This record gives sequence, structure tokens and C-alpha cells, in this order.
Amino acid sequence: MRPLLEVKDVSRFFGGLAAVMDVSFSVYPGEIVGLIGPNGAGKTTLFNVINGFYKPSKGDIYFKEKKISGLKPHQICKLGIARTFQVVKPLQRMSVMDNVLASAFLRVKSKTEARERAEEILRFTGLYDDRDKLSKGLPLGKRKRLEIARALATGPELLLLDESFAGLNPTELNESIEIIKKIRDSGITILIIEHHMKVIMSISDRIVVLNYGEKIAEGTPQEIANNPVVVEAYLGEAVDA
Amino acid sequence: MKRYAPYLILGIMAILPLIGLSTYMLHILIMVIMWSVIGMAWNLLGGYCGQVSFGHAAFFGVGAYTAGILYYKLGVSAWWGVPLSVLILVVEALIIGFICLRLRGPFFALATLAMGEVMRVTAENLRDFTQGSLGIMLKERTWVEKTWYYYIILLIAAVSFVVVKKVIESRLGYYFVAIREDQDAAESLGINTTLYKTIALCISAVLTGLAGAFYTNYMGYIDPEVVFALHDISIVTIMVVMVGGVATFWGPVVGSVIMVLLAEFIRSLPRLGSAHQTLFGILLIVIIIFLPNGIVGDFPKIKRIFGFGRRS
Repeated sequence: MRPLLEVKDVSRFFGGLAAVMDVSFSVYPGEIVGLIGPNGAGKTTLFNVINGFYKPSKGDIYFKEKKISGLKPHQICKLGIARTFQVVKPLQRMSVMDNVLASAFLRVKSKTEARERAEEILRFTGLYDDRDKLSKGLPLGKRKRLEIARALATGPELLLLDESFAGLNPTELNESIEIIKKIRDSGITILIIEHHMKVIMSISDRIVVLNYGEKIAEGTPQEIANNPVVVEAYLGEAVDA
Repeated sequence: MKRYAPYLILGIMAILPLIGLSTYMLHILIMVIMWSVIGMAWNLLGGYCGQVSFGHAAFFGVGAYTAGILYYKLGVSAWWGVPLSVLILVVEALIIGFICLRLRGPFFALATLAMGEVMRVTAENLRDFTQGSLGIMLKERTWVEKTWYYYIILLIAAVSFVVVKKVIESRLGYYFVAIREDQDAAESLGINTTLYKTIALCISAVLTGLAGAFYTNYMGYIDPEVVFALHDISIVTIMVVMVGGVATFWGPVVGSVIMVLLAEFIRSLPRLGSAHQTLFGILLIVIIIFLPNGIVGDFPKIKRIFGFGRRS
């Protein structure tokens, strides 16, 4: 099968610091791929490179076999990659509805169509009852979900989720997991950064592990959980249970 | 009812000159309408799209000088400046946008402020082209009566209102506000922020310049100090919108009524009159502290304050 997203030997330097170093991996259609690693491992930087906010210092990124590194974020979004932000960026003084509506205009030109699409997505993500609220008034859990709703409204084939579960309470967590699974079932491929191990282990098909900007492991959740290098990166040393 | 308010107001405005207003009153009304146009134009860029410009005099002045130079150099009626300025202003907006729109927030504001001053100094020094500080004087005004000027600026205002409303209610409007709220988020949602900021700037520049071209015809005299003025044009433009209400349809209109009347009132005060800039400054501070969303934006708050006052 051909990969949907191919990250090839990508490095990104900030001055002398290598935030991402020679990372390569592929994401195949229909998968949920987890991207994990300790704080500062370069996960968000890698998202910013894929999404076009940063150009890779070295290496290339291919989406559906087309080179996308060097394109602007809005062009990459148009091609079918949408993302959410770890530090949520709701369009604060716009209602929840308008947030999603502004994104929905990417694929449809008429306002009626965009509104229908936005309503459908708000129902899907469980935000329909909050549609008229200003997005700055939403609690964190819903703002995280609004990020997802907005990204979905752009009609992506690949969704990049940056810690969409951080700071959620257990109920919200379960709701969000259900939403992620539903998104996958609707045919959208997902690349997800997450610190919540239980979540990432249960929803990912494969996991890529970064540490100090380098890829240290890749495999199924089972393999990753038993990988001594990964355990060491997280805990400092291997422990016998 | 609310839907018909614009038509109602336009109707009333259209009848006003027929009831025999004094020349002075008509002049005040013309100024109010002209400032509404400039305010609406600025509001589109600064209020909705979030790109706060401190240099709208650059557009006002170029509009004014397009009309003035057509008359002075080519000997055609300065009214041709009104349609022609559209073209010239788009070009100017593209150039200024190319320079300034890559900057964000306060840096954009400072860059536009600089552009306004650059335009003024240029106009002062290109003496062969603009007559420099001598200015350009129209030898004969089209009409002695002010009524026709009134109707022309009213038409320009009506068109501006419709343009701004249509734009804001369309896809463009959502994009503008998205850019204002978070440019990175907007970009990641597939919005070509550079393109849409440029569109906002172009529309804003054209509408401002139309008011400038009208100004030349109406006043019959322009010089760089007046039409490219930082304090009397660029800053007053911002004040009109701030006082009236940023990112509201009626804010610029309400703001221009208040600002023009207030300016006339303060200037007529003995002694204090010459300090009108100072008084404007104080007013702006008060507005920003107590009514950050302007009179239209904070109207519920105003009602509450006065309602509360009555009860106690």
C-alpha cells in the first residue's frame, strides 16, 4: 500500500539546536498513528514542519506522493492535511458555529452549504448545543473538541491531533476517544501526539517514538510498551515489574 | 424593523437638504458623511480584519491628489478623480500591502504610520508634480450650492455601507474575522491570510480614497499638510471608529457624528478651542477605558449604566 504521508529524513534546526533530527516514517491510509516522546522531544515541531509553519532544514515530506515541504500552511490544508493546536487557538470572539463555518468555507463556496456542513460537524463532535456561545467562554475540554471540529470542517484526509486529550477529565476523555474512533471509521487517517499512555496504547495502530529530536522506536503499541529503549527514555532506566 | 433601518436612515438623509438647512449645517452634515465613509473603510481593515492602520491618510491623500492633479495637470474636471482614483488606490494598496502586511500587530501599525508620513513628505517635495506645499487650488468650484455635494457624498456613503455589509456577511467576512482572531489558526485552516489581508486593504484603501477625491472637489483646495495629515486624518479616522464601535456596521457612522460635532463644538469654545487635540486625546483615553467596544459595541453597557442611574 502506498503511504498517505511520508516523512523522509526530516531535520529542523533552531540555530544550533536540532529540534528534529533525521526523522523518517510513513503513515498509511486509514491508520491511527501515535507520536509519543518525553517533553521537548520535537513532536510539536515535527507537526509544525508537516503542516508548513516551518520549512524542514533538511529532508522532505510527501503527501499522496506529492512533495509538500516548502508549501504554505493554507496550501497544505487545501491539499487535505488539517491540524489542531496543543495550546488551543480558538477564534475567540467568534461563536462556536462561526469558528467551524470559517473553516468549512474551504471546500464549499455557498454560505448555506457551509452552514449545513458546520452543523453536521458540530453534531458529530457534540458541540451543537454550544453553537451560539463565544468560543472564549468554553471550558477547556470543549475548546479542545472545537479544535477538532474546526480541523474536520476543512475536509481533511489526514488529521494531525496535537495533545487533544491533555487536561481532560475522565468523562471528556472517553467522549473524545469515541470521537477519534468515529473519525477514523469515516475514512480519515490520524496522526496523534499524546502523553496519555492509556489512550495512545488503546487507539493507535502503530506508534512512533521520538526522543531528543530523533526517532528511537516504531511499532505496534505492544512492541513499544516492551521496548527497553522507550522505557528508558521515559523512566530513565528499565524496571522489573 | 432593524432590516429597514439603513433604508429609513438613507431616506431621511436624502430629504434633509430639502427642508432648507443653513449652509453651515449642510457643511457639517457633509463632513459627518465623509468621515463615515472613511470610518467604514478603516473599520473593514482595522475592525474586522484586525490590521490596525495608522496611515489611512496615505489613501485619503492619494485619492485627493488624483483628483487635484487631473485638474491641475490635464485640465479635466476633478470629478474624474473619483472613478480614476479607484485604479490608482488599488495599485497603491498593493504596494503598501506588499511592504506592511508581512508585519503583524503593532509592527503593521507602525509601518503604516511611516507610509502615511512618507506619502506626505513625498507630496511636499515632488513640487513639479504636486505643487508641493503650495497645494492645488481648483479655480472654479462645480457648484456654489452645497446640496449637490451632499448628494454625491451620500451616494458614496451608501455604496460604501453596502460594500462593507456584503463583504462582511460573505465568506470574506468570516475569513477577515478569523485572521483578526488568530492568524496562525486561520492559516492552518486553509485561509490564505496574505491574500485576504490584501483584499481587505484594497477595499479599505479605495473607499478612503474616494472620500479623498470627493474632498478635493468639495473643498477646492488641497495641500499635503491637510490631506496627508497624521493627526487630522489618520488618527481621527481611528478615533471615529474607536468612539463609534470597532467591528460594528453603525459604529463608524455614530463615531463620525460625534467626532465632527464635538470638533466643531470644541473649536468654538473660547480659549479651550485651540486645545482641541488635547481634548480629543483625553476623550479617546476615557473611551478606551470605559467603552472599549465603542458606543455601538457597548450600547447595552451604556443602557445599563443609565438605567441604574435612574433607579437610584
